[in-house]
Amino acid sequence: MDAAGHEDVGKHMGPYYAVFVALLCLTAVTVGVSYLHLGRPLAITVALIIASVKAGLVAAVFMHLISEKKVIYAVLILTALFFALLLALPNLTTFEHHSGMPGT
Amino acid sequence: MSETVIPYMVKPHPVTGLPNGKLGIWLFLASEVMLFGALFSSYVLIRIGAPHWPPEGGLSSEVLNVPLGTFNTAVLITSSITMVLAWASCKMGSLPRFKMWMGATVFLALVFLVVKYFEYSDKFHHDHFPSHDNFYAIYFLLTGLHGLHIVGGIIVNTFLLTWGSRMWKTDSEHFTNRVENAGLYWHFVDLVWIFLFPSLYLL
Amino acid sequence: MSVEHHTAAGNGNGHAHADHGHHELPFWRKYIFSVDHKVIGIQYAVTALVFLFFGFSLMMLLRWQLAYPGQPLPVIGKLLGETAMPGGVMAPEFYNQLGAMHGTIMVFLGVVPLAVGGFGNFVVPLQIGAPDMAFPRLNMVSYWVFLPGCILMLCSFLMPGGAAQSGWTSYPPLSDIAPSGQTVWCLAMVLIITSSLLGSINFIVTIVQLRAKGLSFWRLPFFVHAQLVTAFLLLLAFPPLEAATVMQIMDRVAGTSFFLPSGLVVSGEQLKIAGGGSPLLWQHLFWFLAHPEVYVLILPGMGIVAEVIANNTRKPLWGYRLLVYSVIFIGFMSFVVWAHHMFMTGMGTTMSTFFQTTTMIISIPSVVILTCFIMSLYGGNIRFTSPMLFATAFLPMFAIGGLTGLPLGLTAADIYLHDTFYVIGHFHYVVAPGSLFALFAGIYYWYPKATGRQLSDKLGKLHFWLSFVAINFVFMPMFFQGMAGLSRRLYDPTVYAHGRGVQALNVVISWSAWGLAIAQLPFIVNFFMSLRAGARVAENPWHSTTLEWAAPSPPGHGNFLTEPVVYREPYEYSVPGKTKDYSPQFQAEA
Repeated sequence: MDAAGHEDVGKHMGPYYAVFVALLCLTAVTVGVSYLHLGRPLAITVALIIASVKAGLVAAVFMHLISEKKVIYAVLILTALFFALLLALPNLTTFEHHSGMPGT
Repeated sequence: MSETVIPYMVKPHPVTGLPNGKLGIWLFLASEVMLFGALFSSYVLIRIGAPHWPPEGGLSSEVLNVPLGTFNTAVLITSSITMVLAWASCKMGSLPRFKMWMGATVFLALVFLVVKYFEYSDKFHHDHFPSHDNFYAIYFLLTGLHGLHIVGGIIVNTFLLTWGSRMWKTDSEHFTNRVENAGLYWHFVDLVWIFLFPSLYLL
Repeated sequence: MSVEHHTAAGNGNGHAHADHGHHELPFWRKYIFSVDHKVIGIQYAVTALVFLFFGFSLMMLLRWQLAYPGQPLPVIGKLLGETAMPGGVMAPEFYNQLGAMHGTIMVFLGVVPLAVGGFGNFVVPLQIGAPDMAFPRLNMVSYWVFLPGCILMLCSFLMPGGAAQSGWTSYPPLSDIAPSGQTVWCLAMVLIITSSLLGSINFIVTIVQLRAKGLSFWRLPFFVHAQLVTAFLLLLAFPPLEAATVMQIMDRVAGTSFFLPSGLVVSGEQLKIAGGGSPLLWQHLFWFLAHPEVYVLILPGMGIVAEVIANNTRKPLWGYRLLVYSVIFIGFMSFVVWAHHMFMTGMGTTMSTFFQTTTMIISIPSVVILTCFIMSLYGGNIRFTSPMLFATAFLPMFAIGGLTGLPLGLTAADIYLHDTFYVIGHFHYVVAPGSLFALFAGIYYWYPKATGRQLSDKLGKLHFWLSFVAINFVFMPMFFQGMAGLSRRLYDPTVYAHGRGVQALNVVISWSAWGLAIAQLPFIVNFFMSLRAGARVAENPWHSTTLEWAAPSPPGHGNFLTEPVVYREPYEYSVPGKTKDYSPQFQAEA
């Protein structure tokens, strides 16, 4: 049940439409930026920032996360943490230089 | 059917503020984050380890069709707003408008799959299968698994549109909750694509 | 708690369902496709016990080869066919299949389904005063996805080339090029993992949402806390393995190279693949699950031990809050230790130090939990019932298992001990006289609740003592074999001088293992006999304090005759000033 309550959802549709337009615009931006052929690290950073903003809008507004309950936040923060570890640790472990083994 | 009545199926729990289904669907989405997270992590690992990316040379945007990918991104974004409208129609008490917007959502989802079909068959036509190299392997795996999730969403949404909507007459609040939960799943599928599209097509 | 009547079918039938009263369900809906958590729990438990015995049998076969390498196995050898046992002598490929399938079956088809699917499903709703799980139909689906997964896993033995034979860890490149049984393994795992994910969602929602009035977080039995943490481990750790399994299927079937490096040569020929993949990627994704998985194996058992110890010492658990904080901390830490299984993969010193540190840290809450259990015995009025024997033995057994893990978690020592029998000794001590003993304790403890009858205490004690002696003779020698350098997964230990040096121990271990099998006979007899001939019991034969003992034995639909209310903490035993030596959670002040 979102903060707006039952039937007055109809009066609170504004944010949804705004996010819809923003998502389309940001899509255009991200495609446009790709044509600039920025250097790899910068291109990745910019693309991921734009994607995160888009994802944040979908999560916060479409998925009502902005007004969700503490239990959900707790689950998601825990998940985000483990996701970050899953992303970081295998890559750090595989590509660490100076493994200490002879000849590497 | 067992007569056992489960509390908080529709009305929210007084302390957590959630009905059971909503907590359930968020937990499911948490596991999906870990699933796609593992795939993204694998993509990073394989890509960093590759001397060139794409392995065959050139740019990702030359291997994959950016206009089609962009179109599909817009299609999914639109299907998310139609999904919101379907839920809002339930909240405002209108079954016919729910069916219209949910129908639109399902239609857009099918459009997405049709575009993917064209993308895939073009690749296969040029003998570019997942075995061709790891770029294609990752592309087909990520978009394929995402596509399966779209199919799942189509099935759930179609159910809600047809047999499922019979619940509207007996327990409209429960039905609205189901639509909201289906919406959460659907927005998540959109969210995954929001990361997939630039990661595969643009970078 | 507010209870609203959702339509019984909940599937959108047009007509409202009035209360039908107690109409009997047809057999197939009452016992086969049941949505009742108690039936589903028993389905999981029985299936799991069958697979535990099957997996045990695989090991007994394997132990013949280790004790008498190259010798024909009398009688059974000929029955297994010329491919597996040519002339009655075990083929190396079959040895590998036995090893891989023993591990897979015991972990995924045995212990976890019993601990979580069986005990979790049956006990948790009862202990929190709920009428059932939050999603009864999803619960039914969970089991009916699990069982086909199990059958598929068994079918892998029928594939050309045999079952999976690359270890339960299925490391590529070997697993990528292994015979077709490996693909079946992967498909079966996808089903089993899916079942587990659906189940874990059910557990978390049930425990969070369906607790009885008065049952706050800090009044939950420790068993429920343990199951809640376990459910989170399953929810968040399994998906990466599911992803990895799909990738392995693609490598095997679609010719991709997710795990296959460039330039791989097999049998003298370069593989015609694109290459560019990473075998280490599989290891990371596998162990990301498999390390939390070992905590999934132990935590429900710890929960059971807590319940049984409190009940049989007639005093509250020592350090209840400490136990809860520790189990939550273990759950969290279990996600950041996994690469201690990969110390020998050429990892750099920074990352190996990181994982060594987290591994050392995670041993602390385990020690805290064990200490709390031991302190719980002190000053208790101990009843050595069958469940209590198993629960008490758990303590030193888990201690040995845990302590022997420490050298493995230290990178320097692991260089020597990795992939030796020391590892096998370590993890079997935690899982076999550890987890499995705890699960036996649970069976003896909750059998009366599930069946309305007591198991024979005499047969229980016989089962315990025979098992306890045999199991130590099986696993203790393995530490010495490992320290002598004997590798695991080795078809013939006697090809090496250092293997020949400890070969006598292999004979001891194998005969003890066969003795351990015989030790289970009193249990099997007891289990079936007591269904018909066991002494009948009322709701609370053990004079316990937790909610499940308020329900009838066995409970009917909806579990409780009146809605349970919780008035106090879970282990109010021997409260000063009371006439009874226990004050159940569900009884108002006298």
